[in-house]
Amino acid sequence: MTSIAVQSADRRLMEGSEAIALAAIAAGCRFFAGYPMTPFTEVLEHFARYLPDVGGTCINAESELEAVGMAWGALATGARAATGSTGQGLSLMQESFAEITLAELPLVIFDLARGQGDYFQATRGGGHGDYRHLVLAPVDITETVELTQLAFHLADRWRNPVLVYGDYLTAHVEEAVAVTALDFGPVPDKDWALDGSATGTGASRLVSPLGLAKSGAEPVGIEAHLRAIDAKQRAITAAEPRAESGYLDDAETVVVAFGSPARFVRAVVRDLRAGGARVGYVRPITLWPFPADVVADAASGVRTVACFELCAGQMIDDVRLAVLGRAPVVGIGGISTDGSGFGVGRLLDMDTIRARILAVHEGGPDAELPPLPDNERTLW
Amino acid sequence: MTIDTSVPPSDARQVGQHTPELLLTGEHHLCPGCGEPLALRCLLDTITDLGVTHRTIGVVGIGCYTAFTTSLDVDVVQALHGRAPSVATGVKRMRPDRVVFTLQGDGDMVNEGLQEVLHTAARGEAVTCVLLNNGVFGETGGHMTATTVLGQRTKNTLEGRDAGYHGYPILIGDLIARLDGAAYVARGSVHNAGAVARTKKMVRRALEAQEAGGFSFVEVLTMCPTGWFVPTADGPEYLHETLGEVHVMGELKVDGRVRSTEELRVENVARQREIEARLAAGGLD
Repeated sequence: MTSIAVQSADRRLMEGSEAIALAAIAAGCRFFAGYPMTPFTEVLEHFARYLPDVGGTCINAESELEAVGMAWGALATGARAATGSTGQGLSLMQESFAEITLAELPLVIFDLARGQGDYFQATRGGGHGDYRHLVLAPVDITETVELTQLAFHLADRWRNPVLVYGDYLTAHVEEAVAVTALDFGPVPDKDWALDGSATGTGASRLVSPLGLAKSGAEPVGIEAHLRAIDAKQRAITAAEPRAESGYLDDAETVVVAFGSPARFVRAVVRDLRAGGARVGYVRPITLWPFPADVVADAASGVRTVACFELCAGQMIDDVRLAVLGRAPVVGIGGISTDGSGFGVGRLLDMDTIRARILAVHEGGPDAELPPLPDNERTLW
Repeated sequence: MTIDTSVPPSDARQVGQHTPELLLTGEHHLCPGCGEPLALRCLLDTITDLGVTHRTIGVVGIGCYTAFTTSLDVDVVQALHGRAPSVATGVKRMRPDRVVFTLQGDGDMVNEGLQEVLHTAARGEAVTCVLLNNGVFGETGGHMTATTVLGQRTKNTLEGRDAGYHGYPILIGDLIARLDGAAYVARGSVHNAGAVARTKKMVRRALEAQEAGGFSFVEVLTMCPTGWFVPTADGPEYLHETLGEVHVMGELKVDGRVRSTEELRVENVARQREIEARLAAGGLD
């Protein structure tokens, strides 16, 4: 038997997928169900390898629909449970995501996406109805260990699903990390969870997205139920935005980026600052709730807000809503993928990002962006 | 036209009254003549009879029977249409010492979620899936499902289900019986008292099979006179002669042996003869 405690407490080189599984287990996750899909597959592999050691269960589900359904059942018993996939696989889970949110179950979802074009899917909720998921976007593997554990805490804290948004780099970059259990404070008792013991007592329980109650109890009613979830999500919007920022004080240009690409942007901005360019950055850590106040403050008095994301432009909508005309907002990223469509392409390159930031820093929001290098260089 | 509901519509008379212990209320919004409450009673009474009351969890799909989620004195998870077997899988894996059942209709299980129940059976998941099969989408008002039999008239097969145009019905019990992971598979019916009693025994064996660690499945043919557009009082006969003729009642898999439709028909004829003989000899006990 592998000892999780020994394995994870030692600082050692591991890929993000393994860090996710170990961090989830450190956070008390005891159930995982998933269906293989690149670049998510190894998350499933690591859960399958480690969960039985702690008395947990990992099921290689027959489809994404089954995977999320199984997690739903595990959650209803009060267990910490998770599922995951790529954006494509999450498309198949959306109906359950919507209903699990309305049933107020604390699902954690690991989204190892093919790029950043699933930002809308993650932050808007691709399913039906008025709901949102908290979305955490780690920048590196060290932060992945922290945010994976935070995800389980926030899910229980708010009885709302939390999605961890990563990509090929999150899944497969190896970093030296130690996985130890983090304490984020108390969470409410799961007095709603089912264990079958209340059956036949007259006080049996019902876990339902419909606002129903057992006969004899006062039903909430669907309208009041949906309003209560709305109120809860407003409270989350106020309480949970998280962001990292740097070099904002006298910045003329602010770059907004999230996830793995933000790591490149952060390094480029640091280099540009060393060279005297008044450039700063904001990195949303929570994509929902979006750290609108941080972005709005950062945009005040600057010449240009530049949004770097590896997609046609999705987060830029949230940036514009946050900036609200305080400064021009331009996209300096774009669609960029490797030949397989699974990873990231030539745009994720320090020189290319530097050239793009400099173009808008020196030329303003209307500056023409330099073309991408011709080579089909990929990072792996 | 005003219908007088103060007296029974036929020569029906009450011969007894029984309320399952696990029912919080007898009030419901199901149609007159619906067979689902009878099937439900078989399940609830069996849970009580087996003494597993305080360790039973139900997972209920979406259909008319969804109304039961509030009236059952059972810990219940409301699942999406089609997804109850997967939800039950998650429940059972986290609570392996509990009795876990699902309740789905034919639209829910055989249309929307066919692969869910097949995979759960193939996995040998120690849960009991209960299908309420009336051959129509009752809740939407009587539309064709995957179990609608050939010739059956529904709202979208007005001239009757035509194999060439609509395809053939799925005999789900027979399909599941052939999966190695399924320990016990049976098809009951609630068209008369004898069938109800037989169905209840099937439910008992199914829950016992789950307790022994296997997957079990009970299909119960139920009346839906509203969805079939037949008079309420004709429901049982229509069920027996239309659906029951194709989805044949009986135990489809016992102790690892799969039984054919033909074998079940022969058994049913023999049972009927025995009942008639006993009636002729002075009645049933």
